[in-house]
Amino acid sequence: MPTDSNTERPLAEEAPTSSIEKTTPSQLVAALQHEHPEWILEVIEARGEVTAVVPREHLVAACSFLKTAPGAQFDFLADLCGVDRGVEEEPRFEVNYHLFSTTIYHRLRMKVLVNEDDARVPTVTGVWRTANWHERETFDLMGVVFEGHPDLRRILLPDDWQGHALRKDFPLRGYEPYSLK
Amino acid sequence: MSTSLNIPPQFDIVDRPLDSQMTISMGPQHPSTHGVLRLELVLDGEMVVKATPDIGYLHTGMEKLFEYKKYQQGIVITDRMDYLNPLGNNLAYVMAVEKLLEIEIPKRAQTIRVLTCELQRIASHLVWLGTHALDIGAMTVFFYCFREREKILNLIEAASGGRLTPSYFRIGGLMMDIPAGFERRVQQFQDGFLHSVEEFHTLLTGNRIFQKRTQGVGVISAADAIDWGLSGPCLRGSGVALDIRRANPYTGYENYDFEIPTESDGDVWARYLVRMREMKESHKIVAQALARLKPGPVKADAPKVVLPDREAMKRHMDALIHHFLIVAEGFDVPAGEVYFPIEASKGELGVYVKSDGGPKPSRVHFRGPSFVNLSALPQMSEGAMIADIVAIIGSLDIVLGEIDR
Repeated sequence: MPTDSNTERPLAEEAPTSSIEKTTPSQLVAALQHEHPEWILEVIEARGEVTAVVPREHLVAACSFLKTAPGAQFDFLADLCGVDRGVEEEPRFEVNYHLFSTTIYHRLRMKVLVNEDDARVPTVTGVWRTANWHERETFDLMGVVFEGHPDLRRILLPDDWQGHALRKDFPLRGYEPYSLK
Repeated sequence: MSTSLNIPPQFDIVDRPLDSQMTISMGPQHPSTHGVLRLELVLDGEMVVKATPDIGYLHTGMEKLFEYKKYQQGIVITDRMDYLNPLGNNLAYVMAVEKLLEIEIPKRAQTIRVLTCELQRIASHLVWLGTHALDIGAMTVFFYCFREREKILNLIEAASGGRLTPSYFRIGGLMMDIPAGFERRVQQFQDGFLHSVEEFHTLLTGNRIFQKRTQGVGVISAADAIDWGLSGPCLRGSGVALDIRRANPYTGYENYDFEIPTESDGDVWARYLVRMREMKESHKIVAQALARLKPGPVKADAPKVVLPDREAMKRHMDALIHHFLIVAEGFDVPAGEVYFPIEASKGELGVYVKSDGGPKPSRVHFRGPSFVNLSALPQMSEGAMIADIVAIIGSLDIVLGEIDR
Protein backbone atom coordinates (compact mmCIF):
# COMPACT_ATOMS: atom_id res chain seq x y z
CA MET A 1 0.00 0.00 0.00
CA PRO A 2 1.37 3.41 -0.87
CA THR A 3 0.07 5.02 2.31
CA ASP A 4 2.27 2.87 4.54
CA SER A 5 5.44 4.61 3.48
CA ASN A 6 3.98 7.93 4.53
CA THR A 7 3.41 6.84 8.10
CA GLU A 8 7.02 5.79 8.54
CA ARG A 9 8.38 9.03 7.18
CA PRO A 10 9.46 11.23 10.10
CA LEU A 11 7.22 14.25 9.66
CA ALA A 12 8.53 16.56 12.33
CA GLU A 13 12.16 16.77 11.29
CA GLU A 14 12.01 17.33 7.57
CA ALA A 15 8.47 18.50 6.97
CA PRO A 16 7.64 22.21 6.91
CA THR A 17 4.06 23.33 7.54
CA SER A 18 2.45 22.49 4.22
CA SER A 19 4.19 19.29 3.18
CA ILE A 20 1.67 16.73 4.37
CA GLU A 21 1.25 14.36 1.46
CA LYS A 22 -1.73 12.25 0.56
CA THR A 23 -2.70 10.31 3.64
CA THR A 24 -5.80 9.05 5.36
CA PRO A 25 -7.64 11.60 7.53
CA SER A 26 -6.34 9.96 10.71
CA GLN A 27 -2.73 10.14 9.54
CA LEU A 28 -3.37 13.69 8.44
CA VAL A 29 -4.69 14.72 11.84
CA ALA A 30 -1.84 12.93 13.60
CA ALA A 31 0.69 14.78 11.46
CA LEU A 32 -1.12 18.06 12.04
CA GLN A 33 -1.10 17.44 15.78
CA HIS A 34 2.62 16.85 15.59
CA GLU A 35 3.25 20.11 13.77
CA HIS A 36 0.76 22.32 15.61
CA PRO A 37 0.06 20.65 18.97
CA GLU A 38 -1.93 23.68 20.10
CA TRP A 39 -4.40 23.32 17.20
CA ILE A 40 -5.78 19.92 18.15
CA LEU A 41 -6.89 19.07 21.66
CA GLU A 42 -8.08 15.53 21.03
CA VAL A 43 -8.51 13.06 18.18
CA ILE A 44 -11.44 10.66 18.26
CA GLU A 45 -11.70 7.78 15.81
CA ALA A 46 -14.87 5.74 15.80
CA ARG A 47 -16.83 3.85 13.14
CA GLY A 48 -14.45 4.92 10.41
CA GLU A 49 -14.88 8.63 11.12
CA VAL A 50 -12.16 10.92 12.40
CA THR A 51 -12.99 13.79 14.71
CA ALA A 52 -10.52 16.50 15.66
CA VAL A 53 -11.42 18.64 18.65
CA VAL A 54 -10.08 22.12 18.00
CA PRO A 55 -9.88 25.08 20.39
CA ARG A 56 -11.87 27.98 19.02
CA GLU A 57 -8.87 30.34 19.01
CA HIS A 58 -7.20 28.21 16.35
CA LEU A 59 -10.32 27.16 14.43
CA VAL A 60 -9.98 29.56 11.51
CA ALA A 61 -6.25 28.94 11.16
CA ALA A 62 -6.75 25.16 11.17
CA CYS A 63 -9.63 25.41 8.67
CA SER A 64 -7.69 27.63 6.27
CA PHE A 65 -4.73 25.28 6.47
CA LEU A 66 -6.81 22.15 5.88
CA LYS A 67 -8.59 23.80 2.96
CA THR A 68 -5.42 24.27 0.94
CA ALA A 69 -2.82 21.81 2.30
CA PRO A 70 -1.85 19.40 -0.50
CA GLY A 71 -2.72 16.18 1.31
CA ALA A 72 -5.92 17.56 2.84
CA GLN A 73 -7.67 19.77 0.27
CA PHE A 74 -10.84 20.07 2.31
CA ASP A 75 -12.31 22.62 -0.09
CA PHE A 76 -15.93 21.69 0.62
CA LEU A 77 -17.73 22.35 3.91
CA ALA A 78 -20.41 19.67 3.75
CA ASP A 79 -22.19 20.54 6.96
CA LEU A 80 -22.02 22.60 10.10
CA CYS A 81 -24.28 21.89 13.04
CA GLY A 82 -24.56 22.66 16.72
CA VAL A 83 -25.20 20.13 19.45
CA ASP A 84 -26.51 20.72 22.95
CA ARG A 85 -24.90 18.11 25.17
CA GLY A 86 -27.27 18.78 28.06
CA VAL A 87 -28.04 21.53 30.54
CA GLU A 88 -25.66 20.23 33.20
CA GLU A 89 -22.81 19.40 30.86
CA GLU A 90 -19.73 21.60 30.85
CA PRO A 91 -18.86 22.63 28.15
CA ARG A 92 -22.46 22.55 27.07
CA PHE A 93 -22.36 23.14 23.32
CA GLU A 94 -20.39 21.65 20.51
CA VAL A 95 -20.22 22.85 16.92
CA ASN A 96 -19.40 20.22 14.33
CA TYR A 97 -17.79 21.00 11.00
CA HIS A 98 -18.02 18.22 8.43
CA LEU A 99 -15.25 18.72 5.90
CA PHE A 100 -15.06 17.03 2.54
CA SER A 101 -12.56 17.13 -0.29
CA THR A 102 -13.92 17.27 -3.83
CA THR A 103 -10.65 15.89 -5.20
CA ILE A 104 -9.55 13.23 -2.67
CA TYR A 105 -13.08 12.37 -1.46
CA HIS A 106 -12.15 11.97 2.18
CA ARG A 107 -13.98 13.41 5.14
CA LEU A 108 -13.07 14.88 8.51
CA ARG A 109 -15.08 16.22 11.39
CA MET A 110 -13.86 19.21 13.39
CA LYS A 111 -15.42 19.89 16.72
CA VAL A 112 -15.38 23.04 18.82
CA LEU A 113 -16.59 22.97 22.41
CA VAL A 114 -17.99 26.10 24.06
CA ASN A 115 -19.50 26.92 27.44
CA GLU A 116 -23.03 28.21 27.81
CA ASP A 117 -22.06 31.57 29.33
CA ASP A 118 -19.48 32.16 26.60
CA ALA A 119 -21.08 30.54 23.55
CA ARG A 120 -19.00 32.29 20.91
CA VAL A 121 -17.16 30.76 17.97
CA PRO A 122 -15.26 32.63 15.23
CA THR A 123 -16.95 32.46 11.87
CA VAL A 124 -15.54 30.36 9.02
CA THR A 125 -17.45 32.26 6.31
CA GLY A 126 -14.08 33.63 5.23
CA VAL A 127 -12.87 30.11 4.51
CA TRP A 128 -16.00 28.63 2.93
CA ARG A 129 -18.83 30.95 1.91
CA THR A 130 -21.35 28.13 2.35
CA ALA A 131 -20.87 28.45 6.12
CA ASN A 132 -23.04 31.58 6.02
CA TRP A 133 -26.45 29.92 6.22
CA HIS A 134 -25.27 27.00 8.34
CA GLU A 135 -23.96 29.41 10.97
CA ARG A 136 -27.16 31.43 10.86
CA GLU A 137 -29.14 28.24 11.44
CA THR A 138 -26.94 27.21 14.35
CA PHE A 139 -27.24 30.69 15.86
CA ASP A 140 -31.01 30.63 15.38
CA LEU A 141 -31.74 27.21 16.85
CA MET A 142 -28.84 26.70 19.28
CA GLY A 143 -27.87 30.22 20.28
CA VAL A 144 -24.17 29.97 19.46
CA VAL A 145 -22.83 33.34 18.32
CA PHE A 146 -20.47 33.29 15.35
CA GLU A 147 -18.15 36.26 15.71
CA GLY A 148 -17.37 38.14 12.54
CA HIS A 149 -20.29 36.68 10.60
CA PRO A 150 -21.40 39.18 7.94
CA ASP A 151 -25.15 38.80 8.51
CA LEU A 152 -25.95 36.95 11.73
CA ARG A 153 -29.76 37.00 11.79
CA ARG A 154 -32.30 34.31 12.56
CA ILE A 155 -33.00 32.23 9.49
CA LEU A 156 -35.77 29.71 10.20
CA LEU A 157 -37.63 31.25 13.12
CA PRO A 158 -39.18 34.76 13.13
CA ASP A 159 -36.97 37.71 14.05
CA ASP A 160 -38.79 38.35 17.33
CA TRP A 161 -38.66 34.74 18.54
CA GLN A 162 -37.59 34.33 22.17
CA GLY A 163 -35.08 31.61 23.02
CA HIS A 164 -33.35 28.96 20.95
CA ALA A 165 -35.55 26.06 20.01
CA LEU A 166 -33.04 23.22 19.77
CA ARG A 167 -31.63 23.72 23.25
CA LYS A 168 -32.44 20.86 25.57
CA ASP A 169 -34.16 23.13 28.09
CA PHE A 170 -36.49 24.56 25.45
CA PRO A 171 -39.77 22.60 25.63
CA LEU A 172 -41.03 20.75 22.56
CA ARG A 173 -44.16 22.87 22.33
CA GLY A 174 -42.64 26.22 23.30
CA TYR A 175 -43.37 28.32 26.35
CA GLU A 176 -46.52 29.93 25.00
CA PRO A 177 -48.45 30.04 21.70
CA TYR A 178 -46.69 32.21 19.17
CA SER A 179 -48.45 34.89 17.18
CA LEU A 180 -47.01 37.37 14.75
CA LYS A 181 -46.97 40.88 16.12
CA MET B 1 -63.69 63.77 15.18
CA SER B 2 -60.51 64.59 17.01
CA THR B 3 -58.86 61.15 16.65
CA SER B 4 -57.42 61.42 13.15
CA LEU B 5 -55.08 58.68 11.92
CA ASN B 6 -51.47 59.49 11.32
CA ILE B 7 -50.55 58.12 7.91
CA PRO B 8 -46.96 56.78 7.95
CA PRO B 9 -44.54 58.62 5.68
CA GLN B 10 -44.04 55.71 3.28
CA PHE B 11 -47.54 56.32 1.98
CA ASP B 12 -46.70 59.87 0.89
CA ILE B 13 -47.34 60.42 -2.77
CA VAL B 14 -44.08 61.43 -4.39
CA ASP B 15 -42.75 61.28 -7.93
CA ARG B 16 -39.78 58.94 -7.79
CA PRO B 17 -37.20 59.26 -10.56
CA LEU B 18 -37.37 56.41 -13.05
CA ASP B 19 -33.77 55.32 -12.43
CA SER B 20 -34.25 54.74 -8.71
CA GLN B 21 -34.18 51.25 -7.21
CA MET B 22 -37.26 49.48 -6.02
CA THR B 23 -37.59 46.69 -3.46
CA ILE B 24 -40.30 44.12 -4.03
CA SER B 25 -41.26 40.92 -2.29
CA MET B 26 -41.59 37.82 -4.45
CA GLY B 27 -43.47 35.06 -2.68
CA PRO B 28 -44.22 33.32 -0.35
CA GLN B 29 -47.33 32.66 -2.43
CA HIS B 30 -45.70 33.06 -5.82
CA PRO B 31 -46.33 29.86 -7.81
CA SER B 32 -42.81 29.66 -9.26
CA THR B 33 -41.09 29.70 -5.87
CA HIS B 34 -42.01 26.02 -5.42
CA GLY B 35 -43.60 26.29 -2.03
CA VAL B 36 -43.23 29.02 0.53
CA LEU B 37 -40.02 30.78 -0.40
CA ARG B 38 -39.95 34.56 -0.21
CA LEU B 39 -37.38 36.59 -2.09
CA GLU B 40 -36.63 40.19 -1.34
CA LEU B 41 -35.62 41.63 -4.69
CA VAL B 42 -33.91 44.99 -5.10
CA LEU B 43 -34.64 46.00 -8.67
CA ASP B 44 -33.22 48.53 -11.05
CA GLY B 45 -35.92 48.58 -13.67
CA GLU B 46 -36.29 44.92 -14.54
CA MET B 47 -32.75 44.03 -13.51
CA VAL B 48 -32.10 42.36 -10.17
CA VAL B 49 -29.51 44.21 -8.11
CA LYS B 50 -29.80 41.98 -5.07
CA ALA B 51 -31.88 38.95 -4.19
CA THR B 52 -32.23 37.90 -0.57
CA PRO B 53 -34.03 34.62 0.15
CA ASP B 54 -36.25 34.55 3.22
CA ILE B 55 -37.01 31.04 4.42
CA GLY B 56 -38.59 29.40 7.43
CA TYR B 57 -42.28 29.60 6.50
CA LEU B 58 -42.50 25.79 6.60
CA HIS B 59 -40.36 25.30 9.70
CA THR B 60 -41.90 22.54 11.80
CA GLY B 61 -39.07 21.78 14.19
CA MET B 62 -38.40 18.30 12.81
CA GLU B 63 -34.90 18.10 14.25
CA LYS B 64 -36.34 18.86 17.68
CA LEU B 65 -39.02 16.22 17.18
CA PHE B 66 -36.42 13.54 16.49
CA GLU B 67 -35.07 13.95 20.01
CA TYR B 68 -38.47 12.97 21.43
CA LYS B 69 -39.04 9.93 19.18
CA LYS B 70 -37.47 6.50 19.21
CA TYR B 71 -35.07 5.72 16.40
CA GLN B 72 -37.58 3.73 14.35
CA GLN B 73 -40.23 6.43 14.79
CA GLY B 74 -37.93 8.96 13.16
CA ILE B 75 -38.24 7.30 9.76
CA VAL B 76 -41.70 8.71 9.12
CA ILE B 77 -40.45 12.23 9.87
CA THR B 78 -37.81 11.94 7.16
CA ASP B 79 -40.51 11.23 4.55
CA ARG B 80 -41.84 14.71 5.04
CA MET B 81 -38.59 16.60 4.47
CA ASP B 82 -37.81 16.30 0.78
CA TYR B 83 -41.23 14.98 -0.15
CA LEU B 84 -40.22 14.45 -3.78
CA ASN B 85 -37.45 12.06 -2.78
CA PRO B 86 -38.72 10.37 0.42
CA LEU B 87 -36.91 7.08 -0.19
CA GLY B 88 -33.62 8.96 -0.36
CA ASN B 89 -34.34 10.54 3.01
CA ASN B 90 -35.33 7.16 4.47
CA LEU B 91 -32.10 5.69 3.18
CA ALA B 92 -29.84 8.38 4.60
CA TYR B 93 -31.45 8.20 8.03
CA VAL B 94 -31.64 4.41 8.39
CA MET B 95 -28.10 3.98 7.10
CA ALA B 96 -26.82 6.51 9.63
CA VAL B 97 -28.49 4.57 12.44
CA GLU B 98 -27.27 1.28 10.98
CA LYS B 99 -23.76 2.71 11.02
CA LEU B 100 -24.17 3.58 14.70
CA LEU B 101 -25.48 0.08 15.43
CA GLU B 102 -22.85 -1.46 13.15
CA ILE B 103 -25.27 -3.89 11.52
CA GLU B 104 -24.93 -5.21 8.01
CA ILE B 105 -28.03 -5.63 5.90
CA PRO B 106 -28.63 -8.51 3.46
CA LYS B 107 -27.74 -8.32 -0.20
CA ARG B 108 -31.31 -8.49 -1.46
CA ALA B 109 -32.37 -5.59 0.77
CA GLN B 110 -29.45 -3.54 -0.57
CA THR B 111 -30.40 -4.26 -4.16
CA ILE B 112 -34.03 -3.33 -3.54
CA ARG B 113 -32.88 -0.14 -1.85
CA VAL B 114 -30.83 0.79 -4.88
CA LEU B 115 -33.66 -0.14 -7.25
CA THR B 116 -36.36 1.87 -5.50
CA CYS B 117 -34.05 4.82 -4.78
CA GLU B 118 -33.17 5.15 -8.44
CA LEU B 119 -36.84 4.97 -9.41
CA GLN B 120 -37.46 7.68 -6.85
CA ARG B 121 -34.66 9.78 -8.30
CA ILE B 122 -36.29 9.57 -11.73
CA ALA B 123 -39.64 10.55 -10.17
CA SER B 124 -38.02 13.52 -8.43
CA HIS B 125 -36.34 14.67 -11.64
CA LEU B 126 -39.66 14.33 -13.48
CA VAL B 127 -41.34 16.74 -11.06
CA TRP B 128 -38.40 19.10 -11.47
CA LEU B 129 -38.64 18.92 -15.28
CA GLY B 130 -42.39 19.40 -15.37
CA THR B 131 -42.48 22.35 -12.99
CA HIS B 132 -39.33 23.94 -14.37
CA ALA B 133 -40.77 23.93 -17.89
CA LEU B 134 -44.11 25.12 -16.53
CA ASP B 135 -42.43 28.08 -14.82
CA ILE B 136 -40.78 29.05 -18.07
CA GLY B 137 -44.05 28.74 -19.97
CA ALA B 138 -43.99 25.31 -21.59
CA MET B 139 -47.07 23.68 -20.15
CA THR B 140 -47.20 20.50 -22.23
CA VAL B 141 -44.08 18.97 -20.65
CA PHE B 142 -45.76 18.91 -17.27
CA PHE B 143 -48.40 16.41 -18.40
CA TYR B 144 -45.87 14.10 -20.04
CA CYS B 145 -43.70 14.13 -16.90
CA PHE B 146 -46.53 13.47 -14.51
CA ARG B 147 -47.78 10.62 -16.69
CA GLU B 148 -44.43 8.89 -16.22
CA ARG B 149 -44.16 9.83 -12.55
CA GLU B 150 -47.53 8.25 -11.92
CA LYS B 151 -46.14 4.89 -13.01
CA ILE B 152 -43.26 5.17 -10.53
CA LEU B 153 -45.55 6.23 -7.69
CA ASN B 154 -47.71 3.19 -8.44
CA LEU B 155 -44.64 0.98 -8.18
CA ILE B 156 -43.61 2.56 -4.89
CA GLU B 157 -47.15 2.20 -3.61
CA ALA B 158 -47.14 -1.48 -4.60
CA ALA B 159 -43.95 -2.05 -2.60
CA SER B 160 -44.58 0.09 0.47
CA GLY B 161 -48.23 1.05 0.59
CA GLY B 162 -47.49 4.77 0.42
CA ARG B 163 -47.18 7.02 -2.59
CA LEU B 164 -45.67 10.19 -1.19
CA THR B 165 -44.61 8.97 2.25
CA PRO B 166 -43.47 5.37 1.78
CA SER B 167 -41.27 4.84 4.92
CA TYR B 168 -40.18 1.71 3.09
CA PHE B 169 -36.70 1.33 4.55
CA ARG B 170 -36.37 0.28 8.14
CA ILE B 171 -33.38 0.12 10.43
CA GLY B 172 -31.87 -3.22 9.49
CA GLY B 173 -33.55 -3.75 6.13
CA LEU B 174 -36.90 -3.16 4.51
CA MET B 175 -40.43 -2.95 5.80
CA MET B 176 -41.22 -6.06 3.75
CA ASP B 177 -40.14 -7.78 0.57
CA ILE B 178 -41.35 -6.50 -2.79
CA PRO B 179 -44.66 -8.08 -3.84
CA ALA B 180 -44.98 -10.75 -6.51
CA GLY B 181 -45.12 -9.26 -9.98
CA PHE B 182 -43.18 -6.15 -8.95
CA GLU B 183 -40.20 -6.95 -11.15
CA ARG B 184 -42.39 -7.44 -14.21
CA ARG B 185 -44.02 -4.05 -13.64
CA VAL B 186 -40.67 -2.33 -13.18
CA GLN B 187 -39.59 -3.91 -16.45
CA GLN B 188 -42.71 -2.53 -18.14
CA PHE B 189 -41.83 0.94 -16.91
CA GLN B 190 -38.23 0.47 -18.01
CA ASP B 191 -39.28 -0.54 -21.52
CA GLY B 192 -41.20 2.65 -22.14
CA PHE B 193 -39.15 5.18 -20.25
CA LEU B 194 -36.30 5.85 -22.69
CA HIS B 195 -38.86 6.71 -25.34
CA SER B 196 -40.47 9.16 -22.91
CA VAL B 197 -37.12 10.86 -22.33
CA GLU B 198 -36.84 11.30 -26.08
CA GLU B 199 -40.30 12.88 -26.00
CA PHE B 200 -39.16 15.37 -23.36
CA HIS B 201 -36.16 16.21 -25.54
CA THR B 202 -38.40 16.83 -28.56
CA LEU B 203 -40.55 19.17 -26.51
CA LEU B 204 -37.76 21.20 -24.92
CA THR B 205 -34.19 20.67 -26.05
CA GLY B 206 -34.63 21.94 -29.59
CA ASN B 207 -37.05 24.63 -28.50
CA ARG B 208 -35.45 28.00 -29.22
CA ILE B 209 -37.56 29.86 -26.66
CA PHE B 210 -36.47 27.43 -23.96
CA GLN B 211 -32.84 27.75 -25.05
CA LYS B 212 -32.97 31.56 -24.97
CA ARG B 213 -34.54 31.50 -21.51
CA THR B 214 -31.90 29.18 -20.06
CA GLN B 215 -28.57 29.54 -21.85
CA GLY B 216 -26.19 31.93 -20.11
CA VAL B 217 -28.65 32.50 -17.25
CA GLY B 218 -27.70 31.99 -13.61
CA VAL B 219 -24.08 31.17 -14.31
CA ILE B 220 -21.89 29.92 -11.46
CA SER B 221 -18.30 28.83 -11.93
CA ALA B 222 -16.88 25.56 -10.62
CA ALA B 223 -14.77 27.29 -7.96
CA ASP B 224 -17.73 29.35 -6.75
CA ALA B 225 -19.98 26.29 -6.77
CA ILE B 226 -17.60 24.40 -4.47
CA ASP B 227 -17.15 27.45 -2.25
CA TRP B 228 -20.94 27.78 -1.89
CA GLY B 229 -21.24 24.06 -1.14
CA LEU B 230 -23.41 23.25 -4.15
CA SER B 231 -23.88 19.55 -4.72
CA GLY B 232 -25.69 17.20 -7.01
CA PRO B 233 -26.76 18.28 -10.50
CA CYS B 234 -26.11 21.96 -9.65
CA LEU B 235 -22.43 21.19 -9.02
CA ARG B 236 -22.12 18.83 -11.98
CA GLY B 237 -23.65 21.52 -14.19
CA SER B 238 -20.58 23.61 -13.37
CA GLY B 239 -18.22 20.90 -14.57
CA VAL B 240 -17.30 19.17 -11.29
CA ALA B 241 -17.73 15.41 -11.69
CA LEU B 242 -18.65 14.72 -8.08
CA ASP B 243 -21.20 12.10 -7.12
CA ILE B 244 -21.35 10.67 -3.60
CA ARG B 245 -22.38 7.32 -5.09
CA ARG B 246 -18.88 7.23 -6.57
CA ALA B 247 -16.90 9.28 -4.07
CA ASN B 248 -18.12 7.57 -0.87
CA PRO B 249 -20.10 4.54 -2.11
CA TYR B 250 -22.86 3.16 0.07
CA THR B 251 -25.39 0.31 -0.11
CA GLY B 252 -23.44 -1.36 -2.90
CA TYR B 253 -23.29 1.47 -5.45
CA GLU B 254 -19.64 0.68 -6.13
CA ASN B 255 -20.81 -2.43 -8.03
CA TYR B 256 -23.01 -0.59 -10.49
CA ASP B 257 -21.90 0.74 -13.82
CA PHE B 258 -23.06 4.27 -14.49
CA GLU B 259 -21.63 7.56 -15.69
CA ILE B 260 -21.54 10.92 -13.94
CA PRO B 261 -22.96 13.44 -16.42
CA THR B 262 -21.31 16.85 -16.34
CA GLU B 263 -21.66 20.08 -18.30
CA SER B 264 -19.15 22.87 -18.18
CA ASP B 265 -21.22 26.04 -18.65
CA GLY B 266 -22.70 26.30 -15.16
CA ASP B 267 -25.93 27.92 -16.36
CA VAL B 268 -29.58 26.87 -16.17
CA TRP B 269 -29.24 25.07 -19.51
CA ALA B 270 -26.27 23.02 -18.23
CA ARG B 271 -28.18 21.94 -15.13
CA TYR B 272 -31.10 21.00 -17.37
CA LEU B 273 -28.90 18.79 -19.55
CA VAL B 274 -27.25 17.14 -16.54
CA ARG B 275 -30.57 16.11 -15.02
CA MET B 276 -31.90 14.88 -18.37
CA ARG B 277 -28.87 12.62 -18.72
CA GLU B 278 -29.07 11.55 -15.08
CA MET B 279 -32.51 10.09 -15.66
CA LYS B 280 -31.02 7.80 -18.30
CA GLU B 281 -28.20 6.81 -15.91
CA SER B 282 -30.75 5.96 -13.20
CA HIS B 283 -32.60 3.92 -15.80
CA LYS B 284 -29.36 2.01 -16.39
CA ILE B 285 -28.88 1.37 -12.66
CA VAL B 286 -32.47 0.13 -12.30
CA ALA B 287 -31.87 -2.36 -15.12
CA GLN B 288 -28.71 -3.65 -13.42
CA ALA B 289 -30.43 -3.92 -10.04
CA LEU B 290 -33.31 -5.84 -11.62
CA ALA B 291 -30.87 -8.33 -13.10
CA ARG B 292 -29.17 -8.81 -9.73
CA LEU B 293 -32.31 -9.40 -7.71
CA LYS B 294 -31.79 -12.83 -6.14
CA PRO B 295 -34.07 -14.44 -3.54
CA GLY B 296 -33.00 -13.99 0.05
CA PRO B 297 -33.86 -12.27 3.31
CA VAL B 298 -34.63 -8.54 3.34
CA LYS B 299 -34.05 -7.99 7.06
CA ALA B 300 -30.80 -8.19 8.97
CA ASP B 301 -30.29 -10.91 11.55
CA ALA B 302 -30.56 -8.57 14.52
CA PRO B 303 -33.53 -9.67 16.64
CA LYS B 304 -33.17 -6.78 19.11
CA VAL B 305 -33.47 -4.17 16.34
CA VAL B 306 -35.52 -5.67 13.51
CA LEU B 307 -39.17 -6.53 14.05
CA PRO B 308 -39.76 -10.31 13.75
CA ASP B 309 -41.99 -11.85 11.12
CA ARG B 310 -45.65 -12.12 11.96
CA GLU B 311 -45.59 -15.91 11.65
CA ALA B 312 -42.56 -16.24 13.92
CA MET B 313 -44.34 -14.20 16.59
CA LYS B 314 -47.17 -16.70 16.69
CA ARG B 315 -44.83 -19.65 17.21
CA HIS B 316 -41.81 -18.42 19.14
CA MET B 317 -41.92 -16.83 22.56
CA ASP B 318 -38.65 -14.91 22.09
CA ALA B 319 -39.89 -13.36 18.85
CA LEU B 320 -42.99 -12.14 20.67
CA ILE B 321 -40.90 -10.68 23.48
CA HIS B 322 -38.57 -8.93 21.02
CA HIS B 323 -41.53 -7.50 19.15
CA PHE B 324 -43.04 -6.16 22.34
CA LEU B 325 -39.77 -4.65 23.52
CA ILE B 326 -38.94 -2.98 20.19
CA VAL B 327 -42.40 -1.43 19.92
CA ALA B 328 -42.85 -0.48 23.56
CA GLU B 329 -39.34 0.52 24.61
CA GLY B 330 -37.31 0.74 21.44
CA PHE B 331 -33.74 -0.45 21.26
CA ASP B 332 -30.61 1.05 22.72
CA VAL B 333 -28.10 2.46 20.27
CA PRO B 334 -24.45 2.60 21.40
CA ALA B 335 -23.20 6.08 22.25
CA GLY B 336 -21.40 7.88 19.48
CA GLU B 337 -21.91 10.14 16.50
CA VAL B 338 -21.97 9.57 12.75
CA TYR B 339 -22.37 11.70 9.65
CA PHE B 340 -23.78 9.73 6.75
CA PRO B 341 -23.90 11.38 3.31
CA ILE B 342 -25.82 10.03 0.34
CA GLU B 343 -26.42 11.33 -3.16
CA ALA B 344 -30.07 12.34 -3.08
CA SER B 345 -31.80 13.57 -6.21
CA LYS B 346 -30.84 17.16 -5.36
CA GLY B 347 -27.33 16.66 -4.04
CA GLU B 348 -25.53 15.62 -0.91
CA LEU B 349 -28.02 14.69 1.78
CA GLY B 350 -26.07 14.24 5.01
CA VAL B 351 -27.50 12.98 8.26
CA TYR B 352 -25.75 13.63 11.54
CA VAL B 353 -26.94 11.39 14.36
CA LYS B 354 -25.61 11.56 17.89
CA SER B 355 -26.52 8.93 20.43
CA ASP B 356 -26.14 8.98 24.20
CA GLY B 357 -26.85 5.27 24.43
CA GLY B 358 -30.61 5.31 24.89
CA PRO B 359 -33.53 4.44 22.60
CA LYS B 360 -33.89 8.03 21.45
CA PRO B 361 -31.26 10.07 19.60
CA SER B 362 -29.61 12.95 21.40
CA ARG B 363 -29.38 15.02 18.23
CA VAL B 364 -30.32 14.51 14.59
CA HIS B 365 -29.31 17.05 11.99
CA PHE B 366 -30.06 16.99 8.29
CA ARG B 367 -27.79 18.64 5.76
CA GLY B 368 -30.38 19.25 3.08
CA PRO B 369 -29.03 19.80 -0.42
CA SER B 370 -31.84 22.25 -1.20
CA PHE B 371 -30.90 24.39 1.81
CA VAL B 372 -27.32 24.79 0.68
CA ASN B 373 -28.11 25.11 -3.02
CA LEU B 374 -30.59 27.89 -2.31
CA SER B 375 -27.99 29.83 -0.32
CA ALA B 376 -26.09 30.39 -3.58
CA LEU B 377 -29.11 32.04 -5.24
CA PRO B 378 -27.96 35.64 -4.51
CA GLN B 379 -24.67 34.89 -6.26
CA MET B 380 -26.39 33.37 -9.32
CA SER B 381 -29.10 35.98 -9.72
CA GLU B 382 -27.00 39.13 -9.54
CA GLY B 383 -27.58 41.13 -12.71
CA ALA B 384 -30.33 38.85 -13.97
CA MET B 385 -33.80 39.91 -15.08
CA ILE B 386 -36.86 39.19 -12.91
CA ALA B 387 -38.03 36.51 -15.34
CA ASP B 388 -34.61 34.83 -15.08
CA ILE B 389 -35.07 34.44 -11.32
CA VAL B 390 -37.94 32.08 -12.08
CA ALA B 391 -35.70 30.03 -14.37
CA ILE B 392 -32.85 29.98 -11.82
CA ILE B 393 -35.06 28.83 -8.94
CA GLY B 394 -36.45 26.12 -11.20
CA SER B 395 -32.97 24.94 -12.13
CA LEU B 396 -31.90 24.68 -8.46
CA ASP B 397 -34.72 22.17 -7.88
CA ILE B 398 -35.48 23.18 -4.30
CA VAL B 399 -38.00 21.62 -1.96
CA LEU B 400 -38.98 23.88 0.90
CA GLY B 401 -39.92 20.99 3.16
CA GLU B 402 -36.27 20.10 3.31
CA ILE B 403 -34.98 23.66 3.56
CA ASP B 404 -37.15 24.66 6.50
CA ARG B 405 -37.43 21.23 8.17
